[in-house]
Amino acid sequence: MAARLVSRCGAVRAAPHSGPLVSCRRWSGASTDTVYDVVVSGGGLVGAAMACALGYDIHFHDKKILLLEAGPKKVLEKLSETYSNRVSSISPGSATLLSSFGAWDHICNMRYRAFRRMQVWDACSEALIMFDKDNLDDMGYIVENDVIMHALTKQLEAVSDRVTVLYRSKAIRYTWPCPFPMADSSPWVHITLGDGSTFQTKLLIGADGHNSGVRQAAGIQNVSWNYDQSAVVATLHLSEATENNVAWQRFLPSGPIALLPVRGPSGQSAHMHAAFPLHFLSAFFWFQGNLPRLFLSDTLSSLVWSTSHEHAAELVSMDEEKFVDAVNSAFWSDADHTDFIDTAGAMLQYAVSLLKPTKVSARQLPPSVARVDAKSRVLFPLGLGHAAEYVRPRVALIGDAAHRVHPLAGQGVNMGFGDVSSLAHHLSTAAFNGKDLGSMSHLTGYETERQRHNTVLLAATDLLKRLYSTSASPLVLLRTWGLQATNAVSPLKEQIMAFASK
Amino acid sequence: MWGGRKLGSSGGWFLRVLGPGGWNTKAARRLISSAVYVKNQLSWTLQIKPGIFNEYRTIWFKSYRMIFSCLNRIKSFRYPWARLYSTSQTTVDSGEVKTFLALAHKWWDEQGVYAPLHSMNDLRVPFIRDNLLKTIPNHQPGKPLLGMKILDVGCGGGLLTEPLGRLGASVIGIDPVDENVKTAQCHKSFDPVLDKRIEYRVCSLEEIVEETAETFDAVVASEVVEHVIDLETFLQCCCQVLKPGGSLFITTINKTQLSYALGIVFSEQIAGIVPKGTHTWEKFVSPETLESILESNGLSVQTVVGMLYNPFSGYWHWSENTSLNYAAHAVKSRVQEHPTSAEFVLKGETEELQANTCTNPAVHEELKK
Repeated sequence: MAARLVSRCGAVRAAPHSGPLVSCRRWSGASTDTVYDVVVSGGGLVGAAMACALGYDIHFHDKKILLLEAGPKKVLEKLSETYSNRVSSISPGSATLLSSFGAWDHICNMRYRAFRRMQVWDACSEALIMFDKDNLDDMGYIVENDVIMHALTKQLEAVSDRVTVLYRSKAIRYTWPCPFPMADSSPWVHITLGDGSTFQTKLLIGADGHNSGVRQAAGIQNVSWNYDQSAVVATLHLSEATENNVAWQRFLPSGPIALLPVRGPSGQSAHMHAAFPLHFLSAFFWFQGNLPRLFLSDTLSSLVWSTSHEHAAELVSMDEEKFVDAVNSAFWSDADHTDFIDTAGAMLQYAVSLLKPTKVSARQLPPSVARVDAKSRVLFPLGLGHAAEYVRPRVALIGDAAHRVHPLAGQGVNMGFGDVSSLAHHLSTAAFNGKDLGSMSHLTGYETERQRHNTVLLAATDLLKRLYSTSASPLVLLRTWGLQATNAVSPLKEQIMAFASK
Repeated sequence: MWGGRKLGSSGGWFLRVLGPGGWNTKAARRLISSAVYVKNQLSWTLQIKPGIFNEYRTIWFKSYRMIFSCLNRIKSFRYPWARLYSTSQTTVDSGEVKTFLALAHKWWDEQGVYAPLHSMNDLRVPFIRDNLLKTIPNHQPGKPLLGMKILDVGCGGGLLTEPLGRLGASVIGIDPVDENVKTAQCHKSFDPVLDKRIEYRVCSLEEIVEETAETFDAVVASEVVEHVIDLETFLQCCCQVLKPGGSLFITTINKTQLSYALGIVFSEQIAGIVPKGTHTWEKFVSPETLESILESNGLSVQTVVGMLYNPFSGYWHWSENTSLNYAAHAVKSRVQEHPTSAEFVLKGETEELQANTCTNPAVHEELKK
């Protein structure tokens, strides 16, 4: 509303100049270019999902969509035996989006792992919080990024009459139309690729990652900083035959370490689970907990360990046994505990148990790691980013181009899929109303809806990261009591889960 | 300001006697002195809006136009073939033409002077689309209005024509202001899909009635009827170009005290939501008047629903209250007798009146309207 008042006073959101890109050029001659309705720049998880969502949308049947991907086409002939080290935690909301255009079925036919419970605890105290769903629904799914990408690619191929995908094509220049309609100049966005071909489009969607070229070309301000942390990912083999449907996360002073289930003890990820009722299966395993392993394959989990740059580099380069020891000690060691915090925590725990004698969240012990997959250790730097505006006339940003978050909450790709879902919904309504797809009236609706959700999540994640990065006593006390109190209040936990699984 | 109310009511009487009712002697007496009333109207209007010079000129112009157009109407009723040679702009008000000429290049600025019209599309496009979809058994996804021929009368810069084209219909947009049509033509030329589906012409509705009789599935006259001189003729022409069973969509402003206060005083003079001089309260049409004229021309009114504009958010909303803006949907009856019976009634009454009134030629003209 405020933006509308401002714009009514005459200030139009112009595309300011930025570097070599000119913001307003007259293209009176280039009318032989193909005019696409939507161009999605960036063919990663979020960009490909956006192209799929639009391609399968009923009101986009006569529209032309283009997806530009700088990398080569990833063809997965056969699912590899080794699991990929890059996995994503997919929330139920994201799973709904993926199933709306049929990609989830492909993922189910390949492999994924559902988890029902999440335990998060502190290294400096005994405080823990346990999230689980009483109604035995899945809290989320751990899927390898390659599997998601393959499912999306297959679905894109099925709508190739509406969605054109260009691989190995990177846009090098974007030219914006004039903010005020002029007689001779084309009102569309012009895109020039590296090989010199040009296109015009009515709406450009930037899904090209946290160093987004679209965002830079549009001159949108980006609030960003780098964390002094890098994340180490690896695929680990667990030593016990647990049912492996729990996600574990421990906050160390150097950063959080998380263990995400990838494969269950019977050697399969999800086929059986899809066939049998889940509660029956977990009950079966619960009673079988101590029997020797009858199955041949290991339980696998994926590791995400955010720590300082030096420690991360060390972890990646150390030999495998030392690495496994480091991981186990990170989960099991009590070295950071202090007596003061322990007694303070115990006091609150006693008070809570007096108030709520019935509900006692059983503290579970995380599994221990046996070995790590060779060559599966990789590190990447972490940071936070948030674009000041998600939309401009004829431009919209989704995914990491709009927001970049710490992986501690497992929300990065889910926020991106949420953006896809919201923008696809707004564009679908606009198309059914015959509107110009690049018009700000519905783009601002998308921006408001998503900024409200994303800023909250970003702020909360950053706050948690900062809160848990220290071992100073007052803050440790604060967070210990806070965590225990939150754990005791079930409605609050349900609210948190509901917000995160949208 | 209260003079405006009196003014409005005398204007209302003026309009009502032109309608199908009220052929009594009291009304006839009023008609005789109607020319005087018209002059009084002029002086009242001048008092209310001081200092707007072109208003003076357009109002004088309007009164002469009215008399000329009445003469033409007599000719066309008595000599149907004379229609071909009548003045092309029988319902077009050249004063209005001038007002819109000044803003001809500003149509497509979504935050500019036409912002309320852009956001009105959120209401009127679904209104038209949904009512037309009721008549199509299976529509194609992505192009729901495929195969429909639509006429957009008073299309301006093509604000409503383009969305209808995007929904698959083939649309002809007409407007008497050629600058408007130039803007519209230029804007659609950049989109290859719309270029094929939309056609624009500079003309008034009367000019194309002959060649396009009974060819359109729908006629859209959005924010137009409050700018025409002769509403009856305009709606008759709309009916003539419609196929039997075709739909007529009208959005306009009601003629109430509230519409004067909010629609003219607040919107034009205080808040500047609408450019000054765009609307004249006397020409606003109430839903009852509109309904009666439509029914008498063989169009059965299906829906009348109010629209409200929120100037702070810039969005329109549907409303039960039709005292400001409203939208109407009427369907031309498939049976053919209705329009001819109306014509009979009209002819009979004009003959009767001719016998009754005096020889003043000016009165003849008013009667024929």
